[in-house]
Amino acid sequence: MYRETEIIKEPSGNDPVDSGDMIINIGPQHPATHGVLHLVITLNGETIKKVEPHLGYIHRSIEKMCESLSYRQFIYITSRMDYLSSHINNHGCALCVEKALQLEVPPRAQVVRVLMDELTRIASHTLWWGAMAMDVGALTPFFLAFREREMINDIMEETCGARLTMNYTVPGGVMVDLHHEFQRKVKDFIAHFKSKIDEYDELVTDNVIFKNRTVNVGVISKEDAISYGVTGPSARASGVSCDIRKLYPYAVYDKLQFEEIIETAGDSFARYVVRMKEMRQSLSIVEQLIDNIPEGDFQAKTKAVLKLPKGEFYTRVETARGEFGVYIVSEGGTTPYRIKFRSPGFSNLSALDHIARGSKIGDLVAIMGTLDFVIPDIDR
Amino acid sequence: MGKYSPVGALKNVKMVDFSKISKEMPKILPLKQDHETAVFPGEVYNTPGGGILLSKLDNVINWARSNSLWPLVFGTSCCAIEMMSTASAKYDWSRFGFEVARATPRQADVIIIAGTIVNKMAPVLKRLYDQMGDPKYVIAMGACATSGGPFFYNTYSVVKGADHIIPVDVYIAGCPPRPEALLHAMITLQEKIRKGLTREQIRMPKPE
Amino acid sequence: MNNEQIKIAIADLLPSAIIEESSEWLTIHIEPVDWLPLAEKLRNTAELYFDYLFCLTCVDWKSHLTMVYHLTSTFHRHTLVVKSKLDRDDARIETVTMIWRTAEFHEREVYELFGVNFLHHPDLRLLILPDGWEGKYPLRKDFEDPVNIIKL
Repeated sequence: MYRETEIIKEPSGNDPVDSGDMIINIGPQHPATHGVLHLVITLNGETIKKVEPHLGYIHRSIEKMCESLSYRQFIYITSRMDYLSSHINNHGCALCVEKALQLEVPPRAQVVRVLMDELTRIASHTLWWGAMAMDVGALTPFFLAFREREMINDIMEETCGARLTMNYTVPGGVMVDLHHEFQRKVKDFIAHFKSKIDEYDELVTDNVIFKNRTVNVGVISKEDAISYGVTGPSARASGVSCDIRKLYPYAVYDKLQFEEIIETAGDSFARYVVRMKEMRQSLSIVEQLIDNIPEGDFQAKTKAVLKLPKGEFYTRVETARGEFGVYIVSEGGTTPYRIKFRSPGFSNLSALDHIARGSKIGDLVAIMGTLDFVIPDIDR
Repeated sequence: MGKYSPVGALKNVKMVDFSKISKEMPKILPLKQDHETAVFPGEVYNTPGGGILLSKLDNVINWARSNSLWPLVFGTSCCAIEMMSTASAKYDWSRFGFEVARATPRQADVIIIAGTIVNKMAPVLKRLYDQMGDPKYVIAMGACATSGGPFFYNTYSVVKGADHIIPVDVYIAGCPPRPEALLHAMITLQEKIRKGLTREQIRMPKPE
Repeated sequence: MNNEQIKIAIADLLPSAIIEESSEWLTIHIEPVDWLPLAEKLRNTAELYFDYLFCLTCVDWKSHLTMVYHLTSTFHRHTLVVKSKLDRDDARIETVTMIWRTAEFHEREVYELFGVNFLHHPDLRLLILPDGWEGKYPLRKDFEDPVNIIKL
């Protein structure tokens, strides 16, 4: 598993600086890989010739485990898969179960779910911003990002009970009703965050060192992005229009006004700009919804033990990283027969080799930072 | 005080019987100290021209070690985010001495296992632990590192508890534990070191 | 294109495909040997133009395995599901890595978890499981592992 540096291409006598190829390992324990990702990189000097990801260091056999969990229980394991957009994952699973049971979700629950979704998206992008800036070399944004994240975590904790892995969604609605301080706190957060986003832009986006590190680095074209199955902000930066909230709307997204951010450059800076603009769009969605939460039930009436009819069901939602798909094959019992989670990071990672070839080893960190991997999402 | 052998090089020093000395010297009472933790261990005697601090070298070394434990950057899954929160400005862990989080195990004192350990990662964890220099301590953070957590039943690839791989000093419950819980565990580890109860310091006599 | 037009187009391309419409998307069942030519035509015909393979998986029905491919077109915005029955003991099907590059990693995952052999795959080896798990296919229904699995 840990190979020493091997020289696989002997240095040729012609070129005095050619030293042959070298294989080095990055990870699995590494501060810049955002998890346990093992990359075996073949280098020639400082230029990357091939990147080979070795996965499986956090493979927790979730798909096999879900075959023995009931339809209410398996939703919470998906919180731990992509833990930065845990609420959105739960929402996707609950939508799949509701589609199978043909259950109608009350409007109050739908609006609350979308509010939590967008707050989770802002939290995820904020942490992405802090971690990416830290990888590229700037240490201050990390602390600033966590300051905002703490505000969202406090709101989540008072509403759902947990800071990170919120188990708030049940098939049929949400678990408990909102508390009476919710609106005020979210409004405070919106007012606070608006000025902070401008501060983020001032600090990092217009920074000449950051631009030198990310402009024209790691370009992926539109056809390659579709062929590799890249979704989410990474694909939207290459011109692919793939926002599930616009194409196949779920919950109340078809009634909201927001834009799908598309850039055409396809490089790391475009991926960065897409995410920064998405944060603003999410903030505007929260603003539109926070004053218009309808009254009513927060949970539809369901049986205690859910049994899905025989058949197969697929639902997709837009997480902070891309398209998350839940594919349930059911045989009519109380536990699913086969569950497949189509995770966005898996396909995004398969494009890493294609993107990183030819760039320098220092650019690899900027590329991985903007592709925004969460490794448990990839390994499941 | 319990049977524990002195650290390393002090094995052959003859222990002085302190009670004999104090009968001959004039009665000077030690100064009152407020709390046990984090003050410099020992008794201060005020003598004309300055003071004398009397302490056991053991206690002084333990005090120094406990107040500057540098953690290793090791987060596999969701608990890593709470660990990063603890490192950030709201629940700062560098107030307690965990100032620099080192990326290399050779310069780290404590490894905080934040996240699930799976069969493929287990040799990596063992190798990291072996590469850390003595004295080293281990905190198992979260339900997954304690016992396998939510992945205990019906999984073929999860190690049911990090203590199957390396010996653990402090366990933290939670999924994920709050940053305050992690700070509490770190303070518990510090107290454990000061009292001399970690695995490092309890050396069982070799069987004959 | 709506479902009727796709049905006619598929019937032209591959008369032996069985079409069913019970789930939310149009599903066709084909033989494994027909998969690669059909896939090329699905990708390259201008009216169909299925250029985005978004889910590739396998289901273990205890008597046979079924490969499931979910395809969609980013241009026309229609979706198709292709299923193919494989023999349990000798599961083999052609790879589609040359057509949709995303299939490379997905097929490696199906290979190691279910044991399906993808012919002419550029790099078929273990992806997620550790070394030494080559012969064992964990997601099959008859997988027993008394050492690791604790049953509830």
